[in-house]
Amino acid sequence: MTEIQLNKVKKAYGDVEVIHGIDLHVQSGQFVVFVGPSGCGKSTLLRIIAGLEPVTGGDVVIDGDVVNAVPASERGLAMVFQSYALYPHMTVYKNMAFGLENSNMPRAEIENRVHEAAKLLQIDPYLQRRPKALSGGQRQRVAIGRAIVRDPKAFLFDEPLSNLDAELRVTMRKELAALHAKLGGTMIYVTHDQVEAMTLANTIVVLNAGRVEQAGSPLELYNTPKNTFVAGFIGSPRMNLMEAVAQAGEDGGVVLLAGSQRISLPPIEGVEPGDGVTFGIRPEHMDIVDEGDADISAPVDLTEQLGGETYLFCTPEGLPQITVHQLGQFPVGRGEMVHLRFRREVLHVFDAEGKVIVNGIDADGGAAG
Amino acid sequence: MTDVVARPTRTLGALLTATRGNGRLHWTDVFTYIYLALGVALMFGPVVWLVLSSFKTQAGLQEFPPTLLPLGQISVEVEGYDEPLPLFRVTMEDGTVEELAQVRRVGIMAQMVDPDNPGERIQVSINDREPIREMRVAWENYTKPLETFNFLTYLNNSVIVTAAATLITLLINSMAAYGLAIYEFRGRNTVMLFVIGTLMIPITIILVPTYLVVTQLGMVNTLWAVIIPGCATPTGVFLLRQYMLTIPRDLIEAARMDKASEWQIYWRIVLPLSLPAIAVLAIFSVMWRWNDFLWPLIVLNRSEVYTLQIGLNAFQGELNVQWHFVLAMTVVALIPVTVVFAFLQRFITTGIASSGMK
Repeated sequence: MTEIQLNKVKKAYGDVEVIHGIDLHVQSGQFVVFVGPSGCGKSTLLRIIAGLEPVTGGDVVIDGDVVNAVPASERGLAMVFQSYALYPHMTVYKNMAFGLENSNMPRAEIENRVHEAAKLLQIDPYLQRRPKALSGGQRQRVAIGRAIVRDPKAFLFDEPLSNLDAELRVTMRKELAALHAKLGGTMIYVTHDQVEAMTLANTIVVLNAGRVEQAGSPLELYNTPKNTFVAGFIGSPRMNLMEAVAQAGEDGGVVLLAGSQRISLPPIEGVEPGDGVTFGIRPEHMDIVDEGDADISAPVDLTEQLGGETYLFCTPEGLPQITVHQLGQFPVGRGEMVHLRFRREVLHVFDAEGKVIVNGIDADGGAAG
Repeated sequence: MTDVVARPTRTLGALLTATRGNGRLHWTDVFTYIYLALGVALMFGPVVWLVLSSFKTQAGLQEFPPTLLPLGQISVEVEGYDEPLPLFRVTMEDGTVEELAQVRRVGIMAQMVDPDNPGERIQVSINDREPIREMRVAWENYTKPLETFNFLTYLNNSVIVTAAATLITLLINSMAAYGLAIYEFRGRNTVMLFVIGTLMIPITIILVPTYLVVTQLGMVNTLWAVIIPGCATPTGVFLLRQYMLTIPRDLIEAARMDKASEWQIYWRIVLPLSLPAIAVLAIFSVMWRWNDFLWPLIVLNRSEVYTLQIGLNAFQGELNVQWHFVLAMTVVALIPVTVVFAFLQRFITTGIASSGMK
């Protein structure tokens, strides 16, 4: 069981700093997912932990020891690469045995371990094949197998599923989750796919431009995003974010003026009349209601009928396009007006800098959760 | 690269009659065949000429106009003459054609004799006679030097020099290339530039300094004097380094994660993956070393350490060149390089490993 800690880790290439002092604590046995848009530094951070990139500031601590000066080969971690990085001139068996041979393990023990891992990953029929003769999914398993046999302190995954087709990705995702449950090791996983992050992680770390935007359990991030970036990044389809100006409403409440829409809300602590705010509502948190109860009305641009659910894309006057999710089938024509009401308990309000003011508003005012 | 391997092998016949498409001869096909034939003639012609000539007798070689095939004039024993006499086909004054042996030639007249009637001498103008030839293969061109001349010693020396030098060249060049391809350090490109820059220095310039170094090391007249100085080749380092740059970095990093030491990464990952480039360099190195002449000539002065090329030079006296031996031994000297090339050239095309990556 391994704990990994990052203390103010910084990384710069020449004058360009790409990681701006990250603090992070990965607890033993956790499945931590680094997620963020491309170029946010998540792969770099993983490579720093692996020891493939040196830090330019701060410390990497594994099990209480600062390992900044310890080379990758001696950190005792295993990594699965996006490209799988299987040695093309070796058979699957040799690929998996290579790391063990390097640590001078007896031959019989190597054989045992490789066969055990191969059985676990169902690749034992291919042990004598070369990587060239394997499909993408099989190569992926070999790459994971190569990590497992070493019995490492922790597993590092660098976008391991991004080269697979959609269907296989879903299968492998489930298998990875099962594998983590079975092995119980510490795993750090990098992806740009927030669905992978939501489904696999105990803890998600959302990174943006070399900084941690928020770290927490998947539902924590979904329910209580700390800022507009996390709000927009977590959840699929993404949260609808709209800019508005707060005005004083009747009976002490506030009215958010967005485009030509007026949304009346109970009073919110931290929102004064005249403030510029951003409010966010997820597609699944809007109800279609009668015109009189509606917060906003908008014509439908496009519908996506998926059978079990329906997505409506509407553009309210003066606002960007919003996505509305409805369960079941919902026949509505193009250009037809829909009247939408936001569920107050899951309405997010952010200040002008994008920091959260409230995640959910009680009907009687104030924050719900 | 994988599709090259997967493609079914073409038969030679299909290859030689291939056309641009739909079975008919397009003008580009005609042009291509002419161009290729010209290429074959240019490159292969001298070799064919060499091989054919190596079977000619010394007299046959000096004949003018030269003949393509190894032909020799027929000689006959004639009663009353000690030496066999060369046979000619003579057109007599009355128009009949007879086969006569020539006793001697005086100016433009030749004294001939009929082998069946040796008593009578006939005067013939040399324009009226024509030598009678037959196909005659002079095997002694090959057998005689192999017996008398230290051919096996020279061959042995050449093999040792070529094999040892090629092995050392491959090892140290690939190690240098590994350093320059896999590590990123300040001045990497400058170092590479210096390595490439040495290509611009002709061997004649470094001949004297190298000779002095070799002398100081006491290597003159040993095979090491030929093997060591040429082992680090800029061409080899460049060739291997450029190839190693194409090996995905992920593989090296995966090996690092797999606890491999730098030597293991070099020996077990990078070297096997660079095999095609190494095969190319091996072919080059074998050809360079086998055909090397100037440097061995300078540092090898005793005949027991001569390489084949220097040994061949021995046939070339100051006044007299024994061309028939030179040609025959040149053919023998060609064989090993040809065999090595035939063996290694398939690595160039089929040895290229797919990296197992998308």
